[in-house]
Amino acid sequence: MTATTTAPPAAASAPALRRPPARLRAWATRAPLLPALVFMIVVTQLPFVATLVISFFDWNALYPKARRFTWFDNYQQVLTDADLRHSVWVTVLLTASVVIASLVLGLALALLLDRKFKGRGVVRTLLIAPFLVVPVAAALLWKHVLYNPEYGLLNGLLHYVGGPQPDWVSNTPLLAVEASLVWQWTPFMMLILLAGLQSRDQQQIEAARVDGASDWQIFRHLTLPHLRRYLELGALLGSIYIVQNFDAVFTLTSGGLGTANLPYTVYQSFYQAHENGLASAAGVLVVIGSIIIATFALRVVSSLFREEVSR
Amino acid sequence: MSSTTATPARRTGRGGRSLGLVAWLAGIVFFLPIAWMVLTSFHSEADAATNPPSFAAPLTLDGYREFFGAAGGASPWPALINSTVASLASTLFVLVLALPAAYALSIRPVKKWTDVLFFFLSTKMLPAVAGLLPLYLFAKNAGMLDNIWLLVVLYTSMNLPIAVWMMQSFLAEVPVAVIEAARVDGAPLPVILARVVAPIALPGIAATSLICFIFSWNELLFARVLTGVVAETAPVFLTGFITSQGLFLAKVCAASLVVSLPVLAAGFAAQDKLVQGLSLGAVK
Repeated sequence: MTATTTAPPAAASAPALRRPPARLRAWATRAPLLPALVFMIVVTQLPFVATLVISFFDWNALYPKARRFTWFDNYQQVLTDADLRHSVWVTVLLTASVVIASLVLGLALALLLDRKFKGRGVVRTLLIAPFLVVPVAAALLWKHVLYNPEYGLLNGLLHYVGGPQPDWVSNTPLLAVEASLVWQWTPFMMLILLAGLQSRDQQQIEAARVDGASDWQIFRHLTLPHLRRYLELGALLGSIYIVQNFDAVFTLTSGGLGTANLPYTVYQSFYQAHENGLASAAGVLVVIGSIIIATFALRVVSSLFREEVSR
Repeated sequence: MSSTTATPARRTGRGGRSLGLVAWLAGIVFFLPIAWMVLTSFHSEADAATNPPSFAAPLTLDGYREFFGAAGGASPWPALINSTVASLASTLFVLVLALPAAYALSIRPVKKWTDVLFFFLSTKMLPAVAGLLPLYLFAKNAGMLDNIWLLVVLYTSMNLPIAVWMMQSFLAEVPVAVIEAARVDGAPLPVILARVVAPIALPGIAATSLICFIFSWNELLFARVLTGVVAETAPVFLTGFITSQGLFLAKVCAASLVVSLPVLAAGFAAQDKLVQGLSLGAVK
């Protein structure tokens, strides 16, 4: 690898001395790119191809000799299994609700922080903090320190107002997972949207104000259209990460009480049930779902990207 | 994009001051769980587990002593060291691979460079679970299970796409004319890189490294499946607290804080660069 990474200096000074043939020059330009490209293909694409192959086998790791090729049986089983279908639904619900809730909250906070007020820097720092707690630690914090029915902070505060003392995780398990994720992701959305707000054309806004536009009209017709790209970016990056969420589900409920999402289900079916074939088929389905999001996502990113290039 | 430089003085009209209060309130609500975690970590277990919560209980370091194995429990040091090694080593590998790639994609663009960039990004959209099983089987057969260097390789592949994207956008900010001028003056490439490219790109490279470090430090799924006793990382160590039944509340808080500390420190130090990096350089 070091051999190829040292290629650029030689390649760059070469043309000045003696002009090598065009094809060689083209390769010299590409050379610095190759180590990263080859590494990515080997480490990410090969395992996926292997997953694809395994997904066609009936293969329980405890009975390796009984392994046999079964075409699409695993897929049929995954799609007809009520538990697995449920985990598909949970994944969709979890991703959509967390992304939407944290975007809306993040937008509200970004609009607040876009104004000048005393201690704005401090508030910004306070708001960012949840995003900077290690995900497992954040999930532990919610599970034990906030949600605990006997001495968690939530019920402790409810105690003062004489409210009920619910067992949050048992009563509303999915909501409990979602709330902890919204808490972690809202700061991220806020930061992206704040960056968007601060890149607005201030003169345009002043002009609209002089023309007598109300705050709402300015928000509706100037700010929101400008923020659209940033909202899309936040939504797609959030989706990429939350579709794959494992830490919160694993820590808060261990997939119990109907909160198992697809990544957790895949983990469980091979790590605990040793069903290699089934796990792989479920994994491939996660990929198909992600590709659907990604096609949309890539279009958004490429539109952002085009603007940047043409700038 | 830093908030301190941004918006010109907005008229603080009728609602101006109360909206500032709302912002403060929101900040406090979001920070409350963390503040409570910090306070609880300094309480004794008995004071930590009370309802209503005890705000004024005496402070103690017992939670931290417990976490670091004072009572004979498993020491977290091997896990913390493993996390440090895995995060630092993979960040280093990412830089070694991503810098030349980003250079090829920005300063001396190769043909079809956007396609290459999108390939890198698309691997980020391939969920980790999609390759987990073959990686596990490979590791098992190759005798690489419970080996920290396997994690280093996987973390490198996890962060490389983001790093290439980020550094591509940072290197693209180096004006080509300046490089051409230096080249015409006869400066060799290493000199151009050190004198012209590095000063402009270094802050971006630092931010990239930071993000790679944070992601590797936070990672749980691969570490959980592919490590055991020897190569256990800090997040895996934390999963030992999942079923702890309240008795160790102060210890859980101390553990969560200690493990989060590097990320909190790094994140606060580079808030703006963090967003720009996480949004793949699209937000400036």
